[in-house]
Amino acid sequence: MKVLVPVKRVIDYNVKVRVKADQSGVDLANLKMSMNPFDEIAVEAAVKMKESGKATEVVIVSVGPAQALDTIRTALAMGGDRGILVKVEGPVEPLAVAKLLKAICDEEKPGLVLTGKQAIDSDANQTGQMLAALLGWGQGTFAHSLELSDGTIKVAREIDGGLQTVSLKLPAVVTTDLRLNQPRYASLPNIMKAKKKPVAEKSPGDLGVDVTPRCKVLKVAEPAKRAGGVKVKTVAELVDKLVEAGVVT
Amino acid sequence: MTALVIAEHDNKTLNDATAKTVTAAALVSSPVHILVAGQDCAAVADAAAKIAGVEKVLLADDALYARMLAENMETLILGHADTYDAILAPATTTGKNYLPRVAAKLDVPQISEIIAVVSPDTFERPIYAGNAIETVQAPPGKKIITVRTTAFKAAATGGNARVEMISTATDPGLSRFVDENLSKSERPDLTSAKIVISGGRGLGSAENFKLLDQIADRLGAAVGASRAAVDAGYLPNDFQVGQTGKAVAPDLYLAIGISGAIQHLAGMKDSRVIAAINKDSEAPIFQIADYGLVADLFQAIPELNDEIAKRGIGQKA
Repeated sequence: MKVLVPVKRVIDYNVKVRVKADQSGVDLANLKMSMNPFDEIAVEAAVKMKESGKATEVVIVSVGPAQALDTIRTALAMGGDRGILVKVEGPVEPLAVAKLLKAICDEEKPGLVLTGKQAIDSDANQTGQMLAALLGWGQGTFAHSLELSDGTIKVAREIDGGLQTVSLKLPAVVTTDLRLNQPRYASLPNIMKAKKKPVAEKSPGDLGVDVTPRCKVLKVAEPAKRAGGVKVKTVAELVDKLVEAGVVT
Repeated sequence: MTALVIAEHDNKTLNDATAKTVTAAALVSSPVHILVAGQDCAAVADAAAKIAGVEKVLLADDALYARMLAENMETLILGHADTYDAILAPATTTGKNYLPRVAAKLDVPQISEIIAVVSPDTFERPIYAGNAIETVQAPPGKKIITVRTTAFKAAATGGNARVEMISTATDPGLSRFVDENLSKSERPDLTSAKIVISGGRGLGSAENFKLLDQIADRLGAAVGASRAAVDAGYLPNDFQVGQTGKAVAPDLYLAIGISGAIQHLAGMKDSRVIAAINKDSEAPIFQIADYGLVADLFQAIPELNDEIAKRGIGQKA
């Protein structure tokens, strides 16, 4: 079974985000960029399937600028077999990404698509679900654990009330949550080997998809700041303050 | 011009998130209809009919919708989408699961987790884990929206909408419910509790989290946790507060042993009052806490419990 893993290049998890002074967006100039952490979990899950003989090939796909090639190489160093870069400058909305991925799935015919539940930049939490709908496939979002068997996959999902397990007919789309696994670090030899792995490049035009954004971002602003408060010295004083504020009675 | 809100419920009780989504929906389009999809859920439809401002409740009562599986919800909603110019769902794990499928099939970009309706086509939503707020204008045509319910007040009750049974769709046969393992708690739900007591990695063990239980019980509070505490296995995933967990906005958020990573703050900074206890005076949580106490948790927690008991706090409620 072939596993397709879409990954996104995003601002590094640890970098403090700053809004541009003209409120046109977030300032990404010269900041460290990395693979979306949820996608790293998806890569790890796919590579584990290959290692256990359940997957035959792990194909990494990224939609993004030329530098998204670095993100693909990182995933290849973790154990992916080959990559596909769909080169697009500027923002691409989740629906457009889902359409691009659908076109790739039509060509590649994977048995499973594994990707992150959301990207930590746009926080949309849409792409996996949209891709599943466009393909007419089942979906297991927010995966906590996976169990592959012949023709089906069981996905335990992190839901608001606890865990829910669904069984999906393959092919299917699975999106990962935090607890699915701990992604590995790529070793230096694997990073070197990844440089030689094939990465095909495509354009949205090749795939017949119009990626022009349809929503208009009017403004990106800093969230309202909370004024830092006061330090209290004792538990009794803390309780005094809470009573004064009327939040406990 | 009508908005459709998809109800959140467990087949028995209507979740408060629904009435909050109605508030947002009424700002986008009106009148508002509610779709209740479930199994043996007539009581939920009756409760939905009592939300003020709701004109009609559509009830799809069938085993297909017992768990609101995304694939089944997609075909059901698509079958009724034509007459609506806006479809909204709460941004719960259920709403986030099915609504993007509907948007994709309608070829409409979804606007996720709105926190404000600026005008019927323009919305505010948090991005970058809440470090920036995007104001986004949706294109003309149908609006497909998930709503961060902590940002909206629940619509009042007092309505008297009619309930209409609607035709159900066929089973797409893509997925099947296997089982569910839900946390059982006598305490209020995390997302609607007036007081939330959250613990972090600073608590050190699952055993120590029980120290918070006594205080939570006295105050009628819900217990939450930081990602670090959940990752460490102190509490299950559904207790996680933060950008990738639950967003909460109680009257009081009491953060105990939580350092205050950006991703955690994103899920609780809309709380009315934030109080924090942490032994590290430099912890980022103190930058946003209204009241901060630098103290050893294992001294402070029992002291807090005693102090609350001594003053009879919580017993008046």
